[in-house]
Amino acid sequence: MHIYDLIIIGAGPAGITASVYAARKKLDFLVISLDIGGQAAWSGDIENYTGYQFITGPELAQKFQEHMLKYDTALKENEEVLEVKKIGEVILVKTNKADYQSRSVIIASGKKSKELGVAGEKEFKNRGLTYCATCDGPLFAGRDVAVIGGGNSALDAALQLVKIAKQVYLINNAVSLSADAIMRRKVEEAVNVTVLNNSLITAILGDKFVQAIKIKSASQEKELAVQGVFVEIGLVPNSALAKDVEKNSKNEISIDSSNQTNIAGIFAAGDVTDVSEKQIIIAAGEGSKAALSVFHYLSKNNFN
Amino acid sequence: MAKSVKVYSTSTCPWCVRAKQFLKESHIEFQNLDVSADQLAADEMMAKTGQMGVPVLDIDGEIIIGFDKEKIKLALGL
Repeated sequence: MHIYDLIIIGAGPAGITASVYAARKKLDFLVISLDIGGQAAWSGDIENYTGYQFITGPELAQKFQEHMLKYDTALKENEEVLEVKKIGEVILVKTNKADYQSRSVIIASGKKSKELGVAGEKEFKNRGLTYCATCDGPLFAGRDVAVIGGGNSALDAALQLVKIAKQVYLINNAVSLSADAIMRRKVEEAVNVTVLNNSLITAILGDKFVQAIKIKSASQEKELAVQGVFVEIGLVPNSALAKDVEKNSKNEISIDSSNQTNIAGIFAAGDVTDVSEKQIIIAAGEGSKAALSVFHYLSKNNFN
Repeated sequence: MAKSVKVYSTSTCPWCVRAKQFLKESHIEFQNLDVSADQLAADEMMAKTGQMGVPVLDIDGEIIIGFDKEKIKLALGL
């Protein structure tokens, strides 16, 4: 079996930037990813990526993709990595479609939406319940919707929805919203947003599609009629594929300052790691750093 | 004869963009239905699939939910 210099897992900001650096270092490498753009592709408006004062998530993801494919990069799309394992000097990457071998790996598999874990969540997924306001928001024109959460991503979703939906309820399980002040102010200024603090969603109700949610506050439990539920309660790292790699209490992959994990040759970058902040620009920077570290690692070791 | 291909999509969903891009690259003609602007198309999509996720592809009556490249290729005979 062919042994690559490098396999990059994931094609979000970290993976794509790593691929650009790997291509420019003329490494023999492969990118394997379920999707392109990662979480950036699902973001609404991006106003903090240097060089773009304003760009939407899908547009930035498109730019990333064009940059990656400019180098004739070998890309396996719609393919899911199930396991990364080092056996002797070779790292085995097992996907839902094939097995690959490499001298080094960069895990840049990012994070995914955390689920609510309430009754009705599975049944009503894509039947009114969604984890992506950017994608599915436009389907709720003129309807009443609930956004679950109180952080930046919840308020981002709510602010996308105020332009589309009739009424937006923000269901927040804390005393106040934790999002940035600038976003909180925009939400306060919006005429069709109702913030419900100290409120916990307990069930999703409907027949074929969502019709209502159950929410519990200190005083009472009540039903709220909505046709859409947007879940924005945070993220969990896609790190289960790396069983032998050290992780922190949040299941993020532990890396050192050069993106090396506890296993020589296995590197990681971006939101799947314990890097202190999760931002598109940080993930991109981490991806570049990881690719350069891989280049040094391969130069130091004389693999045949 | 060319197959009749309909894509139910929204302009903001990244998978819709990718699905349409894939069809263009494969030189497949298709009818794009923006379900965020066209309520009739949205109702039609929900009736066909019983769900609201986009994209949905209708290839000569074969319904594919999501951008599943392999299934799309198979349905188109690519």
